[in-house]
Order: sequence, then structure tokens, then C-alpha cells
Amino acid sequence: MVQINKNAAQIKATLVSNKRVGQYYQLIINIGNIANLCKPGNFVAISVGGEASPMVLRRAFAISRVSVSTAFGGTMELIVAPYGQGSMWLCAQAEGATLDVVVPLGTAFGIPTEPVQVLLVGGGYGSAPLFGLAETLNARGCRVDMLLGASTAGKIYAPMEGKRAVNSLRIYTEDGSMGQMGWVTDPIASLIADLNIAVIYSCGPMAMLSAINAITSGRDVVHQCAVEESMACGIGICMTCVLPVADETGAVSMLRSCIDGPVMDGAFVQWDKVGQAL
Amino acid sequence: MGQGWSGFMTSVDFSTTIGNAWFPTPIFTASGCASSGRELAQFFPLHDVGGVVTKSVMSKARAGRPTPRMAETPSGMLNSIGLQGPGIDAFIATDIPYLIKQKVRIIVSIAGETVEEYSTLARKLRSVAGISALEVNISCPNVENRGLVFACDPDASRRVIDGVRRTIGGELPIIAKLSPDVTDLVSIARGVVDAGADALALINTVLGMVINLDTMRPHLGGKTGGLSGPAIKPIAVRAVYQVHEALPKVPILGMGGVSNGRDALEMIAAGASGVSIGTASFGNPMALISIQKELKELLSIKGFASLSDAIGYAHRIEEPQ
Repeated sequence: MVQINKNAAQIKATLVSNKRVGQYYQLIINIGNIANLCKPGNFVAISVGGEASPMVLRRAFAISRVSVSTAFGGTMELIVAPYGQGSMWLCAQAEGATLDVVVPLGTAFGIPTEPVQVLLVGGGYGSAPLFGLAETLNARGCRVDMLLGASTAGKIYAPMEGKRAVNSLRIYTEDGSMGQMGWVTDPIASLIADLNIAVIYSCGPMAMLSAINAITSGRDVVHQCAVEESMACGIGICMTCVLPVADETGAVSMLRSCIDGPVMDGAFVQWDKVGQAL
Repeated sequence: MGQGWSGFMTSVDFSTTIGNAWFPTPIFTASGCASSGRELAQFFPLHDVGGVVTKSVMSKARAGRPTPRMAETPSGMLNSIGLQGPGIDAFIATDIPYLIKQKVRIIVSIAGETVEEYSTLARKLRSVAGISALEVNISCPNVENRGLVFACDPDASRRVIDGVRRTIGGELPIIAKLSPDVTDLVSIARGVVDAGADALALINTVLGMVINLDTMRPHLGGKTGGLSGPAIKPIAVRAVYQVHEALPKVPILGMGGVSNGRDALEMIAAGASGVSIGTASFGNPMALISIQKELKELLSIKGFASLSDAIGYAHRIEEPQ
């Protein structure tokens, strides 16, 4: 049996930078040598609200990128949307604050052994971990094209420096306020054919992941998606973040998105059964 | 008593017994909050705590309830898992050997939909070596009686425990886990003890609900869920106190919102011989270790030479220190 939570550690970590980026916050957290163990797709679970907080559960965030040799030692970057009480507390923390962090957690995106053509698809701030992934794929010699989508321009996360590892970047907004008006899924079918895409990597809302899977099923393309389900623990003990996933034999069971995910093979996720009783 | 700081960090006898089972410390996982131990083993050696109480297992593999299964609430959370699990055969084949290898004491928690299912589970566990005690989780719907939860029905509670006792009574301590959602907890406790329970686990989660204001419907897939966390701690302390007062000789595994050493000591002073940690582990994977350390220090600071001296202390007539 695979060791669960291998590499994960609970640490006190210093917030070394906290900057507002459009509607999101970019947090840089010093995690020392653990940065070497973090892979694109992994996530962290952070305590929020301080001592004796009424918020008893950690909040999970995708690691968008790590740097192993900064002036602070190893750091990780998180892109956080201040939507709920917990994430608002985190975004309000001053530089120098100490955070209680469990890192790294979850599965990572698989990197092809051959330099194949790949397409990265991000929805909202789900794009954040895709830029770190793009760098890894680029280093492997893959040609990386990227599609980002959101309801409106303010919700697109696309840092300048992140674009370096990307061959092309197209942006879609539902209101047309940035890039093309439409959905990020609109061009995928033709891109798969035109660019001979071997792998699609996706991160964003479940509806987007499901729509991408509807396109990839029946086509000769692998779909690696980072799923999201609300989690209480992030380490596999609460059983709340489950998704219906089939195995090789077709048998469907409820897998934990914290341990068997967040990165899953989209072809095995039973998208039509999410939120249903098995 | 009254040694103050001079007694600090001197060795407190931290061991406890539940029925005829001995445990090196009084801190346990709570069933359903540690799966079968593997997940927490990355954060601390499992044998450093009193024991692992495994997630309640049923006869057959079970998928559990649809999502959403969780809602955070002030100082707590609701869960609606529906006893997802591998079933007893897979559990015995893979989880028990793993835990034995970790050299941790094991309390197996069982759950059933019929009186017969509980007996069948007990029978399968009877021949398994390496188990310290059996927790009988009777907070499950009884399919033979309109889905009424066993633990809310004094007669059904008794019949479940009686069936388990006939199967393994005298071989393994039987711990009946009770629900606080009853009118008269003491009478239910007395009933299961009369039927053969050697100890009691108090309390299971408290039934609750959250309405999602976006959908204007119950938020959880299972509609209702079990409330846990610090929000229910006073309910748990009250339950332990009342039951210990009525049945002072029956060991109690106390649980419900314990998240630090002070909470654990409250539970022990109310009458618990051991304390299980549940939701606190979700927020802090090292919770068992820190609570255990804090409790030991607190006992020492308060001048207790042993844990057993502190059990039920709140009931004593002599003047508190």
C-alpha cells in the first residue's frame, strides 16, 4: 500500500510577502527545505483565525509555485481569493505573520516522459498552479499552450512572468471584458486536433472540469484535472471530500480528493454521479 | 494535592483501564476521525497514544452519503458521511494487520443496521488477535424499526448489546457508544450496562442541520449531519458527569469537542477514564500528541500522582483545591 501523506509535515511558517493582485492575494510563505518536496498539483492546509478561533477547520489552497533558493530559503506561493471568512483572515495577515501549515498534501500532475504537446486550461484563480506546472513541462521539452477563462476580467489570474513558459495564451471571459467573449472550453475540441494535444491539464470549477471531460472522452487525449470538493481535514481522515471514481474494472467508489486527488484522471471520475448517492 | 510546581513534570501514572483492557495513556482517537490510522501515522507514531479507535465498520463495503458531506459551523462542524467503509472482511485483512505492526492498541468500532449484523460483526472479530476492546456504535438507523436510531431506543440498544455480549462477552471489553440526542441518557446507559456493556463511549455527535441560502435547501447531501467540535463540549461534559454519577463503576470513554489538555481534564474530572479526540485532529494532525502532553502536565501541576486519582474528581464531596 502506498504511504499516505508521505512527505507531509505540520510546520510553523512565516508569511514573507502578501500582495494584492487584482481580485486575489499572492502570498509567499517560507517553508524551508519542504519546498523541494512540493510538486505542481500539491496543496497545503492552513489554520485560520488564530488561537481559539471559532473556525476549527483548516483551509486548503493549491500551491501555485515554489522557489527553492530565495533569500528566505525555500518558499511557496499561494494565490488566494478572499471569498470566505477563513481566506479573508489569511489575506489580512501581515508580512512576518506565523502560519500553521501542513504541506505538501495530495497528488501531483503527472509529467510526460516524452516532450509531447500539452494544453493547460484554467478557470478563475484555478490558473495559479498551472504556471508552475508550465515551467516543469517546459523543462521537459513539452510545447505548452494555455487557455484561461473566468466570468469577468478581474477574475483572470495571469501573471506576466508566468507567461514565459507558455507558447500561447488565450483568455476567455463570459462578459467579454478581457480576451474573447465565451467559454474557455469553446476552442478545446479544435485545438486537440490542430495541435495534436496528448495531455490536457485542468484546474478550476468542477463544471469546467466536467465540460472538458465531455470533450476529451472518446478522443485520444489524457485529461489530468485538479478537482475541488470541500474538505474538513485535507489529510484523509474526515471522509468528506469524496468523489465517485471508477477503477480499471469499472467499479465505482467514493475516493478522497485530498489523498487520491486533487489531481485525478478525468476519464475515471464519474462526473454525472458527483453529488449523488452511489 | 497541592504540590504546585514542585510536582511539575514528575512522573504521573498516566495509564488507564477500560473494562479489563489496559492502555498506556488515556488519549485515543475517536471513531470516524482517524480512519484506520494510516493517515495520522505520518504525523506521529501511533503507539505514542493510548489507542486507535477505528472508524465504525459494517458487514459490507459501503459508499456512504452523497456530497456535500461537511459544513463548518461556529466552533464546530456538521458531517454526514454515512459510514463509508471497506466492510469487515477487508478491514480485518488489511487494517488490523497494519495497526498491529504499528504496535498501537486497537479498539474496533462496529456498526450495523440490524441487531443480527452487530452480532455477526462481533463473531468475525472474535477470532482476530491483537484487539483490545470493541466499541459498539449504536447511533445507526435500525432498518427493522422504521430507521429509528438504535441509541435512541432503550429496548433496541439493549438488544444490540445483549447480542454482542452473547458472542464475545468476557473475551473483549464491550464499549457501547451512545447518542446525546435522547430524553434520558442515564436510563439508556443503565440499560446497555445491564445488557452486558463493560464501558460506555460518550458522546456521539449531536444531530444538526445547515440551510444553504444559495439553494434555500439543506446544505448536506444527507440533509442532517452530526455536530462535533468545541461547540458540543459542554454537552459531552454534562453527559459524562450525569452517567458517571449514576453508574460510578462503569468506565467511560469521554469525547465531544476536546481540543486541548484542559478540555481533556474536564472530561476526566466529570468521570471519564479515557478521552477520545475527533474533530480536533481535522484542524491539527498532531492534536492527540499535544493534548496528551498538556493533560499530563496539568495533572502534574495539580498534584495528581495518577490519572485514576483525577477520574470523577468533580463528584467528590471533599473541598476542591
